[in-house]
Formats: sequence, structure tokens, C-alpha cells
Amino acid sequence: MENKKNSACDTCAHFNAEGLKKLGVNIDSTDYVVALAGNPNTGKSTVFNALTGLRQHTGNWPGKTVVRAEGAFEYASKKYKLVDLPGTYSLLSTSEDEEVARNFIVFGKPDVTVIVVDASRLERNLNLVLQILEITDKAVLCLNLMDEAKRNHIKIDQRSLSRDLGIPVVATSARFNEGIPQLIQTISEVAAGEIICKPHRIKNIPDNILKAVKKLSIEIEKQFPKIPNSRWIAFRLLEGDNRIINAIKEGELV
Amino acid sequence: MEKNAIENIINLSGDLRWQIGDDFHDHLAEGIYADASEIANASVSTDNSKKSFRLDRKIDRIVTSKTWGFPIMFLILGVILWLTIEGANYPSAMLADLLLNNLHPVLKNLSAGIGLPWWLDGFLIDGVYLAVAWVIAVMLPPMAIFFPLFTLLEDFGYLPRVAFNMDYLFKKSGAHGKQALTMSMGFGCNAAGVVATRIIDSPRERLIAIITNNFSLCNGRWPTQILIATIFIGALVPASFSGLASLSAVVGIAVLGIFFMFLVSWGLSRTVLKGEVSTFNLELPPYRPPRFWKTIYTSLIDRTLIVLWRAIVFAAPAGAVIWLISNIYIGDESVAAWTISSLDGFGFLLGLNGVILLAYIVAIPANEIVIPTILMLTVLVTGIAGGEGAGVMFELDSANETADILKAGGWTLLTAVNLMLFSLLHNPCSTTIYTIYKETKSVKWTVVASILPVIMGFVVTFLVTQIWRMF
Repeated sequence: MENKKNSACDTCAHFNAEGLKKLGVNIDSTDYVVALAGNPNTGKSTVFNALTGLRQHTGNWPGKTVVRAEGAFEYASKKYKLVDLPGTYSLLSTSEDEEVARNFIVFGKPDVTVIVVDASRLERNLNLVLQILEITDKAVLCLNLMDEAKRNHIKIDQRSLSRDLGIPVVATSARFNEGIPQLIQTISEVAAGEIICKPHRIKNIPDNILKAVKKLSIEIEKQFPKIPNSRWIAFRLLEGDNRIINAIKEGELV
Repeated sequence: MEKNAIENIINLSGDLRWQIGDDFHDHLAEGIYADASEIANASVSTDNSKKSFRLDRKIDRIVTSKTWGFPIMFLILGVILWLTIEGANYPSAMLADLLLNNLHPVLKNLSAGIGLPWWLDGFLIDGVYLAVAWVIAVMLPPMAIFFPLFTLLEDFGYLPRVAFNMDYLFKKSGAHGKQALTMSMGFGCNAAGVVATRIIDSPRERLIAIITNNFSLCNGRWPTQILIATIFIGALVPASFSGLASLSAVVGIAVLGIFFMFLVSWGLSRTVLKGEVSTFNLELPPYRPPRFWKTIYTSLIDRTLIVLWRAIVFAAPAGAVIWLISNIYIGDESVAAWTISSLDGFGFLLGLNGVILLAYIVAIPANEIVIPTILMLTVLVTGIAGGEGAGVMFELDSANETADILKAGGWTLLTAVNLMLFSLLHNPCSTTIYTIYKETKSVKWTVVASILPVIMGFVVTFLVTQIWRMF
């Protein structure tokens, strides 16, 4: 198998999309695990179906995905397992669907987390995006429902958004299969480490809290030098999150 | 890794938590919002001169308004049912002709040709095959119309508006507003509705939603309602209005179901499932023009065929059971006849009869087969000609012939009304019962959810009958 890049075609999303194999529920022996997160009703399940070829029922009402759906696809001879998480507005409280989503991102250690957002309601959706970026630094923003944003005359500067968030941004209209090839290409590049993310970390925090968080995360890093999200764990410890406290005790986080 | 070091970290976090005060959570949330707004402002620009949000809002103002919200809901339900009832007639008749009038004799000849013993021939072809054929002929057309229409409505974004309209009523009855969504799913299939209750976080409110989901008329019961209403209610008015009259009767039963759902939710939340109503945010998603053909295709594959397959899987053994109880004799009476005559007295009190009660026992696996079972058993008891013989399920070519058989079985308008009520108020099908057990992991609540509606059905039909007979 040759992995050498020798023409522009090899890096072109449209060319490579030809190599997409939708594997449905055949999720054995995959190379990478990809999590699909996002607010309710942003079209996560549509993106999921577009990638896996499954026909998970989609509906225009929030909270439709109540179980974690899993599927797979193959692209450029790598197999990807895709996990569709329940849609949530936040990861800070403790309802059942938020726990399912959060625990998978924290403990399932996906190779890439695709955050699906509604392009016409970006600001509100960023709340969840910023929380996820505290947890993981391998993420792709899927700016979905672009057709609706266009209809509402909303323009989004993808480059500045990508720079501000520190992760790649792909615009899609999953219902019409637009942008899906580019999304797959970007997922594969992040999974393979060809794109290194420098995710945004929450800035507008009062000084006293920031000091406490720093102090705590230094201690955490001393104990767990390889941990990617010491700052987020510090947040959770300060919040008194028992699930995370236990995880630290059991060494689940490393 | 030393245990001590980890203890130290946790202790340190405890100390720091005291230092920073208890508004940490709020500060963090505010910080996130501030960041989100900065980032969004830097990259999003909206051309305010041509806002088209307005159309969505205009629609919402009408469909969620106090005056028009409910009438529009009932109107939409009515239109969907009307299209289903009217549209299903022709394909139904064609399928019945093909499967029952043409294919059945062919199979009979074939089995005679290879010399199948009479009991195996009866069991397989008159029992299993006819039951399956009946289910396909009667259920496939209405489902193939009802489900895609319902899915189009769902994709369009109407369901959250229903939830919005009914939220106040749910709060009043001590249940969760999201129950409106699980209730809507129940109109397709109660088992699906029960699974959908996972969107409700509070265990108390989730239990209420599970127990009351059965009051949503499911797909297996719509055809029963439609058929009986067409025969008995539609016949009360001049022919030109009969469609409208039967339609109103079915919508009336569905609305009555919603009423009972509120009543039982209210009762449960005031007695065994007391507690606070939790608040939640319901986002009204933008209306999205459904992708018509894709929706038709997926709803046919995902819903229609799956539900149909389930009906066939259950109808086949039920057909066999019916054939068996009609052909196994205790003394000189078949098991079926014997059971029917012993249930008749109780049935009379409820304005029903032994045949109907036995049919509901046989049909526990699937509501879809209630009517064919009733017809078959009626023929067996009354001994009238028209069917294929003892224990043979059959389809009648027109509603008129069905009506003749039922009337020969002693049916009156009262029987029809009570059957429609009992079809609404009886135990969930076995799949739903199993699903309830899987979701609640509790025998107690599964039993409550299964028995409560039957008791209510007995009480309601009893009262209706007694009052009816007074006049």
C-alpha cells in the first residue's frame, strides 16, 4: 500500500470522497473512533446517516436521539467508528443525556470529536463547543444547516471562526450532502495528526478563579503528566463533580 | 501512582472551592457566554435588511396561538385520517382480492394436490396464511399512507409546536411537557413511544409518561377504529356525510384518549407519583421543508415495513391459535365456543360480548388482529354462512358484508361504541409490555401499566352501557 502523495488529487476532498465506503453497523476492528456531538436539532443524525449509510430515523424535534447510535465508514483504507451522541446544550449540569455525551468524550477518548452546530444559531451553539474544547483538543467544527443560514441571510467567516476556535471548520448542508466530502477529509486529517488543533480555552474568567484553576491543574499535571485536559478537570473538581473525582481516584482519566 | 498525592489534589480542590466562593458555576457559565459572544461577533454577520425569520414567526404565531392552536391540531389530525381512510380503500380491496380470492384457492388446490392431511392444511393455510394475508391487505395500505404523512409533519417541525401548545396542560396534570412528544410517537406505536420517554430526565415524570403512553391510539388500533366507525357511525347519517361522521368519531376517540392521558397523569402525580414538575426549555426549531421523496422512502422502509413485519410475525401464530381453539373439542363444544359462552355474561354487563373479550385475549400479541378474530369467532358462534369454515380467518370484500356478519352476531350501535372505547382502553400489546419492563426494570410498574387501562376500559364501558340502557 502506498501512502505517498503525488498529485493534487490525493488531497482533494472530492476525489477522495470516491473512496468513502459506508459500512453501516459493521463496526469491528476500526482504526479511529469519531464522536458526533452538538446541540439538539442541529442535524447530527443526518450527518451520521450521510457518513455511515445507515438510516437512523431523523426528525425535526429536539431530543430525538435518546440512545447512543454507532456506525462505521471506511475512507482512504482507514476504518472509522462513528458514535452519535445525544444532543445537549451544555455539559455542565447532570441530566442523563448530558452525562452520556460528556462521559463518552471524557472516558471514551474519541480520536476526533465532530461538533455539529446550527450555522444560523452559532452564538448559542458555541456554548457547548467551548465546553467540549476544554475537554479534548482533537475536534472538528461542522457548521451545518448552511442552507438555512443562507436563507436567513447570515454570513459566517469560516477562516476567522476557525482561527478563533483553533480547530478546523467545515461548512455543510448535510440534508443535501453538501460539504460531507470535505468533512470526511478533515476528520481523517485530524485523526491522523496531520492537522494539529490549538483549541480555544475559555478566557473570560475572574482572576481568583483562574488562579485556583492554575494551582490545581499544576498539581494534576504533576500526577498525570500526559493528561490533555488538566484545566477542565480542575474546573470539575472545583465544581465538586463526583463522577470526575471518582475517575481520578480510579485512574480512569489516563 | 501514590494514593496520597491524589488525596492531596482532591483536598486542595476542596480548599480552593471554599476560597473562590459558591458562585463559581455562574462565573464559569458567564465566562463561556462572554467568549461565545466575542467569537460569534467576530465571524458572523447578518444582513438585517432582509430578515426572513419572519415567516417562521408568523406561522408560529398562528399554530401556537391560544385561539387557533388546538383547532389547527385537530384539523391536521383530521385531514391525515381522512386521507388515510379514503386513500386506503382501493389498494386494500385489490390486495384482498389478490391474496384471499386468488392466491388462497391456489394454495388450497396445491395442498390437496400433494395430499396434505386436513389438519395440517387447515392449520397452515386456513390458519397461518389467512391471518397473515388479512393483516397485509387491511394494514399495509393505511400504514403506507398514515406513516409517511406523519413523518412529513414531523420533519416539517410541527411536533414541538404540539408540545408547546400542550405544555400548560401537562404542567397542570403534574407531568413533564416533553410527554407531548412521546405521546405523539405513541400515535404511531406505543412501544416506540415508551422508548422515546428517555428524553424525560425525572424518573417520576418518565414513569407517568410510560404508564399513560397506551392512551395514544397506536397504529394497530387505528384500523379497528376506522372500520367500526365506518360501519356503525357512518351509517347513522346520510351517505354524503358518512365519511365525515366516521372521521369525527375516530378523532373523538383519539381526543378522548388524550383526555384520559391527562386524567391518569393527574391522578398519578397526586397519589403514588407525587413530586414537583420539572421545568425545561423547549426549542421551537425552524420549519424545514421536508425532503419529500426521501421522507416517503425512509418512512416506508423504517416504519411501515417494520410494523407490518411485526404484525405478520404475531398474526401467524395467532391465526394458528384461533384455528386450534376452534377445532379442538371439549365434549361437543369447541374450546372457542366454550370460552365465548362463559365470557358472554360478563361481556353483556360491559355492552360487549364473549366473542369480543376472547378476541382481545387472543390478540394480546398484536392489536392489529382484533377485527379478523372477532369476525371469525362470530361466524363460528352464529353458524352463518359466508366464511370459509370453523376457525378460518377471512376478509370480507366490503364493509357491508362485515356489517352483516356483525349484526348477525347481535351487534348494535352500543356494541360498536363500546368496542371503540375498549379498543382505546385496554392492555398494551405484548411488545409494549415487554418494552415497558425493559425501560422501567420494574415488575410492579409493568403490571400497573398493563392492568390499569383494562380496569379503566371495564369501568368506562360498564358505565356507558348502564346509562345507555336506562334510556
